Amino acid sequence: MTSTATPTQSLPDAELAHYNPKSESAGTKRVKSTVFHLVALALTAVVLYPGLWMIASAFKPNSEIGGSNTSLWSNNFSFDNFVTAMDGIGGVSTLQFFTNSLILAIGAVVGTILSASVSAYAFARIKFPGRSIFFGMMIATLLLPFHVVIIPQYIVFQQLGLVDTYVPLLIGKFLAADAFFVFLMVQFMRNLPAELDEAARIDGAGHVRIFTSIMLPLMKPALISTSIFSFIWSWNDFLGPLLYLNTPDKYPLPLALRLFVDQTQSSDYGAMIAMSVLALLPVLIFFLVFQRYIVEGVSTQGLKG
Amino acid sequence: MTQSPTLSRRSSSSAPSQPRKSRQRGADARAGYTFLLPWLLGFIALTVGPMISSLYLSFTNYNLFEPPKWIGLDNYTTLFQDERFLQSVGVTVSYVVFGTPLKLAAALAVAMLLNSKRRGQGFYRSAFYAPSLIGASVSIAIVWKAMFGDAGPVDQGLSFFGINLGGWVGNPAMTMPMFILLTVWQFGAPMVIFLAGLKQIPADLYEAASMDGAGPVRKFLNITWPMLSPVIFFNLLMETIHAFQIFASAYIISNGEGGPAGSTLFYTLYLYLRGFSDFRMGYASAMAWLLVIVVGIITLIFFKTSKSWVHYSGDAK
Repeated sequence: MTSTATPTQSLPDAELAHYNPKSESAGTKRVKSTVFHLVALALTAVVLYPGLWMIASAFKPNSEIGGSNTSLWSNNFSFDNFVTAMDGIGGVSTLQFFTNSLILAIGAVVGTILSASVSAYAFARIKFPGRSIFFGMMIATLLLPFHVVIIPQYIVFQQLGLVDTYVPLLIGKFLAADAFFVFLMVQFMRNLPAELDEAARIDGAGHVRIFTSIMLPLMKPALISTSIFSFIWSWNDFLGPLLYLNTPDKYPLPLALRLFVDQTQSSDYGAMIAMSVLALLPVLIFFLVFQRYIVEGVSTQGLKG
Repeated sequence: MTQSPTLSRRSSSSAPSQPRKSRQRGADARAGYTFLLPWLLGFIALTVGPMISSLYLSFTNYNLFEPPKWIGLDNYTTLFQDERFLQSVGVTVSYVVFGTPLKLAAALAVAMLLNSKRRGQGFYRSAFYAPSLIGASVSIAIVWKAMFGDAGPVDQGLSFFGINLGGWVGNPAMTMPMFILLTVWQFGAPMVIFLAGLKQIPADLYEAASMDGAGPVRKFLNITWPMLSPVIFFNLLMETIHAFQIFASAYIISNGEGGPAGSTLFYTLYLYLRGFSDFRMGYASAMAWLLVIVVGIITLIFFKTSKSWVHYSGDAK
């Protein structure tokens, strides 16, 4: 038995070596993987082309941006466009526009964090009459086209003398008007164990204590996603400032860009694109630093870009 | 402040439970509305109130300077004789009807491509997502306009292959494809959501299908599509509603005019022009309410029809 055992055992081994499905699939795997990367890289090139074109053009002289220039490279790269762009427009420096955008974005983040977290706590952790009705209404506002409220809002702010101030742009943030963030935080809090509050309650803690010393620290990931997205949304917002701001020295970057487009009209494409790059810079930096958070946030909470 | 009831509950633990419970409930109700206050105030002052007043305004003639004058349904009947309005409906509908499915198809296709344990997946995912974050900004609208300008890089690149479309930005026939490309370019956000959904599908379903000799098409139709249907539904609903509201790109690319020949006069742009350039706020309110009604009906249709094709994991099917 032992003498024949060796060949019979080695025979399938030899056959296996010949027809090893593993080694064959390793070969096809490599081909498949190469094809995958070729397709994915080609797609990456297409997707990133507009961004690269924008950055390259910002460094090119005007004569090389329009016309037959599809190439990203130039022999005449310079910072000239950025120097022009930093001068600003309408007698206001670009630094001022940056400051304005920053004030609005930070205001949006602070307001949203404060109001959305408190409201979400009520929805997620406190039982009170009418809660599910209000929750349903909150969800409904997610789907509501906001154009239906801008006209009366404008009329009210106009009558209060608040047009051309930041109040109309920020007040909604402090009143949790971006229902998406409330929803996000409710979902997050519902996944935290209920025993936490119960234990704290037995120890005599009220809702204020439970919220500030138990919920808030545990909600860090949701607070970070909210901060990132409310910053970026505020930074890119165009309609709000367009409606409410009239004097250029209060403009955030998107409105300044529109002014730039209106006044230069294709005469200085280079500076216009340089300014577009500058306006996107904080968003791009945010993206590079927080991409994990951002992409995870989108995949788990269905946030929009 | 909410501490006292809980404390007293502890000290009087021998007391009958009925009043204790109701006292707790009262404290909770008070705490609930206190915590909800920011949202509740915003909801009343910034959503419900304005909605009611815009409904009222939609039946009036109002220019911000004189008191509103009641004109009944006139705004609504005028709308359907307003050629610019009808044009804006056409522009927006074709954008939604062509742009959204194309964008979602691209998102799903790329998500399926990326749904494997290959190296570099995280990089591709981030790279493809990036446009979604900046796509609706003024900066990108400016870049898009420059890239698609007459004799711009896109036009030149295509003519290199012998394709001459007669320009994009200045050519009424090509502005819509340009906007559709802009939205398809932002396929990253729904793609990331699809990808998360695809990862939830158990691999043994595909293995079992392979054993039965199912090809990729049958696997897609019988496994991927039904298993992913809740995610497809979510993306379709959200993207459709968002598509109706495109504004910044339309405003910048058309210089706030909706040209050439009204080919980029999106609904919200026309609403803005009517309300805030012509100060015909009653008219614009009627437009806003029509949008709400249309979006509401679409949402309703989506939910009604979803029963036949969306399968939730808890379903018997």
